[in-house]
Amino acid sequence: MVENRPWGNLLAHLILIVGVALVIFPVYVAVIASTQGPGEFLRGTLPLLPGGHALENYSAMWQAGLSRVGAPPVGQMLWNSFVMAMAITLGKLSISLLSAFAIVYFRFPFRLVFFWLIFITLMLPVEVRIIPTFQVVADLNMLNSFAGLSIPLIASATATFLFRQFFMTIPEELMEAARVDGAGPLRFFKDILLPLSVTNIAALFVILFIYGWNQYLWPLLITTDPNYYTIVMGIQRMTTAADSDPQWHLIMATVVMAALPPVLVILFMQRLFVKGLTETEK
Amino acid sequence: MQTKQMTFPSRWLPYALLAPQVAITLVFFLWPASQALYQSLLRQDAFGLRTTFVGLDNFARLFDDPGYLNAVSATAVFAVGTTLLSMGMALLLAATVNRMLRSRESYTTLLVWPYAIAPAIAGVLWWFIFNPSIGIVPYILEILGYRWNHRTSGSDAMLLVIFAAAWKQISYNFLFFLAGLQSIPQSLIEAAAIDGASPFKRFWTIVFPLLSPTTFFLMVVNVVYAMFDTFGVIHATTQGGPAQATNILVYKVYADGFVGLNLGSSAAQSVILMAIVVVLTVIQFRFIERRVNY
Amino acid sequence: MASIQLTGLKKTYAGNVEAVKGIDLEIADGEFVVLVGPSGCGKSTLLRMVAGLETITDGTLKIDDRVVNDLEPAERDIAMVFQNYALYPHMTVFGNLAYGLKNRGVKREEIERRVHDAAAMLEIEPFLERKPRKLSGGQRQRVAMGRALVREPSAFLFDEPLSNLDAKLRVQMRVEIKQLQRRLKTTSLYVTHDQLEALTLGDRLVVLNGGSIEQVGTPMEVYEKPASMFVATFIGSPAMNMLPVAYLRERGANGLLDHLAADTDVIGIRPDDLRIEAPDEDHLVVTGTVELFEAAGAESHLYVSLEGSDQPTVIRTSARPPVAEGETMRFHVLPSALHPFNQASGKRTQQGVS
Ligand SMILES: Nc1ncnc2c1ncn2[C@@H]1O[C@H](COP(=O)(O)OP(=O)(O)OP(=O)(O)O)[C@@H](O)[C@H]1O
Ligand SMILES: [Mg+2]
Repeated sequence: MVENRPWGNLLAHLILIVGVALVIFPVYVAVIASTQGPGEFLRGTLPLLPGGHALENYSAMWQAGLSRVGAPPVGQMLWNSFVMAMAITLGKLSISLLSAFAIVYFRFPFRLVFFWLIFITLMLPVEVRIIPTFQVVADLNMLNSFAGLSIPLIASATATFLFRQFFMTIPEELMEAARVDGAGPLRFFKDILLPLSVTNIAALFVILFIYGWNQYLWPLLITTDPNYYTIVMGIQRMTTAADSDPQWHLIMATVVMAALPPVLVILFMQRLFVKGLTETEK
Repeated sequence: MQTKQMTFPSRWLPYALLAPQVAITLVFFLWPASQALYQSLLRQDAFGLRTTFVGLDNFARLFDDPGYLNAVSATAVFAVGTTLLSMGMALLLAATVNRMLRSRESYTTLLVWPYAIAPAIAGVLWWFIFNPSIGIVPYILEILGYRWNHRTSGSDAMLLVIFAAAWKQISYNFLFFLAGLQSIPQSLIEAAAIDGASPFKRFWTIVFPLLSPTTFFLMVVNVVYAMFDTFGVIHATTQGGPAQATNILVYKVYADGFVGLNLGSSAAQSVILMAIVVVLTVIQFRFIERRVNY
Repeated sequence: MASIQLTGLKKTYAGNVEAVKGIDLEIADGEFVVLVGPSGCGKSTLLRMVAGLETITDGTLKIDDRVVNDLEPAERDIAMVFQNYALYPHMTVFGNLAYGLKNRGVKREEIERRVHDAAAMLEIEPFLERKPRKLSGGQRQRVAMGRALVREPSAFLFDEPLSNLDAKLRVQMRVEIKQLQRRLKTTSLYVTHDQLEALTLGDRLVVLNGGSIEQVGTPMEVYEKPASMFVATFIGSPAMNMLPVAYLRERGANGLLDHLAADTDVIGIRPDDLRIEAPDEDHLVVTGTVELFEAAGAESHLYVSLEGSDQPTVIRTSARPPVAEGETMRFHVLPSALHPFNQASGKRTQQGVS
């Protein structure tokens, strides 16, 4: 609809600019803080323009971390986060692709039982079963390990349902044609189903990677060895000490480095991200 | 629930395909959940030496415990505050962006990225700009005559965590509102315009009612988010304080069980939380079923 | 090449839906057999049982004297062309044609050779590197055919392969399929609900109705001597007119009806057997009023209400018959053109008149 209201448009832009500014503001402040020297924070209020200590702060955190409060080098925590996020993402994708394939393309006794079993995981987030889950992981000797960080999180009802829904839209005849062409179930899965699911996999990948990267409570529970600290929980180790010993410039440098990877993922894969987000909720 | 009309004939393969998912579900979800149920009926003495079966006593005690009731009301305030603030902002921004033609993409890009930021980090960011001694916002508030201090004021602390939690969730709500707005037939709005309704009136009488499925869906999602996904916000900032003011239910489960080692009570709290998730999930799915039928 | 033998073939779906009720049929090596019938009569089900895509509830299916009831589709050495083509969307045309061969472990050079031969035969060589999405409907259809051809199977199975094409392309592809089958001499089973397609393509037709065979025969046999009222009205367009014997007797045609079996109570007359000009031989005469005149190019259809009958009757004439709407006139029928049926059984009552 063509609407000609110059002041209306102006107002709209104004609202949006203020909105965007509000959204960006905390991050802007963090970036500024990460460029300051240690002295700035003793003098009262934080400046709103960048200082000259960016390189120094970032490289200090990257290489050394904050040993005083037991935070390992950021480089290492980023790596841990990356490994954990990838393991969770790939794990969730693989097991839900396989489950959806089984549920859609096979008929077998107890199919519905399995379906409900998977569905139930939706209702049991880690937050509601913290201690017993911790006990299981401890009993399995998986504390302080990447296996412990990722495997307990890779059951995924959401991803399974998404793939199930997608598989249901694939024409029946495609599977029949493949069977006539001599493809058994696994070959059909590999040659036909997976290539057709690429977009869905990619979209889900974006969402799951962010999910994995941002895990907080779980790593907090099961890692006591700083070698396995992930970046998001590592920051918390620094902030608990912040009020007595404010190293804000270093904390904020870490915050920026922790937030950057998933933010970049969203910015560069915005279309896939939006698809992933809206489809998983359907 | 359907399969394909035609399915592969295999006796064992589907079980093998489901095995990883089912194994993880059993070991890390169902078994712990059943343990929580079981432990919620037990009580350990102070030294963890003796365990006795106490039936529903842990639950009874919870509802007599002012600390728990406080957590319930803190959770309610936090969830409602976060949901309203985040959805309100998101709706305003989405409705405004939806008017734009050329700049729509750019504004969207500028608004979606906070989704990627972990709740814990969102908490730290807001905690920093509200820091009573060096934060920029308290500085401004001071000028306006308000002494902000979330270390001592419970309501300040609550506001702080609401801001942080709502801020992170704006992107999500924005995207769904925008999608909802774009699925409203343009012709309806044009018809209203021809009938002489002002833009503002058009929004409240035509657009907003048509958006109600999205709004309802987001309300459920936001409540779930505020109740269960915001542990990091609290833990990385206020840690439930000051004086329990921000001690929301998930945080309390963790603090009582993992830190305070009060296993029976923590398990009982877990069970109550599970019941809440079950109810919310059912609401969400019933609603989504309807949405699919539209 | 192979013969296909169906003995007492039955399919019962869950919920006791009897889709196919005991079919006996022998398809000779190299023969082109068309399964034809109205929607829901079980054609696809029967074809898919032969393909191995549908389990067989009862009966035996032999391909080349080998019982294949429990073999996977891939083990039956058949190829199938699907109604919606079922091309693999993410593979090129080449990939689509090659997939079945690859799965069978055919050598690379051999795959190349066969794919190019098939592509040349179907004139789809220029598209080998394209994805199906970028092909027209007709081209996709050819690719689907190509996928069957390259396999060099002992039988082709077609499930309404032309029904997604526009009318003109359908005729063209029909001719091509016929020529291709003549050349390759591969046993073929072809499903269609289009009687014209059936008549023009098949060496033999199998007319199905409600899961059972109504008639098996060459197109000419089926057209000229329909074994039942169902076949008579299903094959041929416009459909055959049905008149009660009593009606014709009342018109004083007694002498000409004497040769009919005693249980005959319905007479079928094809629209082109009701003539405007009187022939020299003895014949029947009916009178009717032309309600509607419909010009259809090379021919015309008259919708006539016969005097003393409430059955609407269709008559096919030359392009420009000397009639006008509203005109009442006489129509002439040779006794040899009468198809006698029994209403209760629905069957033909005797073997023709000559
Ligand atoms: N999976 C199934 N479960 C139950 N009944 C079925 C199933 N598939 C087909 N049928 C029934 O079997 C009968 C025959 O179906 P079929 O698909 O063979 O018909 P058709 O002759 O191919 O029809 P069309 O010309 O419409 O394709 C129909 O009544 C159909 O409803
Ligand atoms: Mg069919």
